[in-house]
Amino acid sequence: MITPELRHLAPRYDVVISGGGPAGMAAAIGAREHGAEKILMIDREREAGGILWQCIHHGFGLHHFGEELTGPEYAQRYLQQVLADDIDVLTDTYVYDISPDRQLKLMSGSHGIRTIEAGAVVLAMGARERTRGAIRIPGERPSGVLTAGLAQKFVNMMGVLPGRRVVILGSGDIGLIMARRLTLEGVEVLGVHEIMPHANGLNRNIVQCLHDFDIPLTLSSTIVDIRGRERVTGVTVAPVDEHLRPDLSRARDIDCDTVLLSIGLIPENELSRRIDLRLDPVTSGPVVNSTMETSANGVFACGNVVHVHDLVDFVSQEALLAGRSAGDYVTGHRPPADNIRLVPGDNVAYCVPHTLSTDREHVVYMRVRKPMEKCTIRFGDVLSSKVKYVFPAEMVNITVKPKFLENFHDDTLRVDVVQR
Amino acid sequence: MSADNITHYLCIGCPLGCRLEVEDNGAGDVVEVRGWGCKTGKAYGRQEHTDPRRVVATSVRIRGGRWARVPVKTSGAVPKALVCEVARAVRGVEVEAPIAIGTVVLANVLDTGVDIVTTRDMERA
Repeated sequence: MITPELRHLAPRYDVVISGGGPAGMAAAIGAREHGAEKILMIDREREAGGILWQCIHHGFGLHHFGEELTGPEYAQRYLQQVLADDIDVLTDTYVYDISPDRQLKLMSGSHGIRTIEAGAVVLAMGARERTRGAIRIPGERPSGVLTAGLAQKFVNMMGVLPGRRVVILGSGDIGLIMARRLTLEGVEVLGVHEIMPHANGLNRNIVQCLHDFDIPLTLSSTIVDIRGRERVTGVTVAPVDEHLRPDLSRARDIDCDTVLLSIGLIPENELSRRIDLRLDPVTSGPVVNSTMETSANGVFACGNVVHVHDLVDFVSQEALLAGRSAGDYVTGHRPPADNIRLVPGDNVAYCVPHTLSTDREHVVYMRVRKPMEKCTIRFGDVLSSKVKYVFPAEMVNITVKPKFLENFHDDTLRVDVVQR
Repeated sequence: MSADNITHYLCIGCPLGCRLEVEDNGAGDVVEVRGWGCKTGKAYGRQEHTDPRRVVATSVRIRGGRWARVPVKTSGAVPKALVCEVARAVRGVEVEAPIAIGTVVLANVLDTGVDIVTTRDMERA
């Protein structure tokens, strides 16, 4: 798949999308579907497609394409559609500033520093991995401590192994995937340590990435020391109590040369802060309405920049809506404003979007705070849905049909997940 | 029905991760699969109990490509016991850019009847 070089960069576009990963690509397609004419998608890498290129394992696309694809296959299908839709793709370019009247400043490998105007903007910058500094692991500062996603790029795209004996901290999906990936490359993966009493990744990944290869997962356990002058020579791990305090009397040493961190993602919202978008302190992403519009007029957001997803299919679904809404915005087809604010209640960490309108069907994405079995998801007293179990690691999505809301006249709707 | 004849599996067919219960007649034949949420899960329980299989994804060397590696996968699931051996067999493969998605880079790996195919296009650098 060759992304053609963009020779002519116009001074003005109907819709400009910042980020060419799964969210950006689906948003571009959505904007085209809903009538936007000149569409530009910008990515900082040499090729659009985002992190999917390095996610070479399979399991993507079950919801969207109805078959299991690898990350690259998913990326290539979408990119083909983007190019077939005649969307301008500008790679090797950073959007480094944005103004409330939607002027974007770009730094581009091929076009230099440029300012362009956008009728509507879609923010699709994704998320970045949390690093060692985010959780302040004590110890020396040797080489060999890296994030799981960086190790994934080393192994899968650059053909470089990060080390020979690896300890993984954090049970996020990327860490689990890398435990298997490194094992397949002949690297010894000594174990995964998770500070929480429950795993952070999808259950299927615990089974097919750890159990299949007899890699131990230790819950309520963390790294309390990293040793080594030039290179990691070992770590000390210790169990933690219910307040997550390590019990050093039960600490033990493990000899290893590499530590991989899979300790969560942070939405990449530097641009959002440039225009003072309202951010949700729980998701660290912009507050969005039911059209995925942020607190700034004509600025939409989707994907991991809004909230960290566990499945790319839902990123695509949410981003398609954001792109369509951006198309509606520039063609003057805006739907009526939202009239209901969602309020996260019992065992609900957050809901996206943050507001709903009574006239349309919505998909509400939410995440719970703690695991629960045999529970009911309740939207006030207008809608309740029974589920077998919920986990913090698995995003829940609920379709809210207009018929549920037709007799609802309040302006806030509380969402709870309660035991049956 | 004794508990000895029941094995628990977690379905890996999709991210829902249904908890399956497979009842066996003691001779390795599946009597019933319970706990599935869809056809995939029901079939997975039976398959996992009698002949567990996995799709293997890895990457191979590519000369002259934009990246040093191009991703590949098995064109179908291979026996779970062979997963590491398949990955080892693929490690020696080297291809030349440009290459198209779906290109067979190693046919009939370890006589499993399954091919190793690329999962993306890669142009010359």
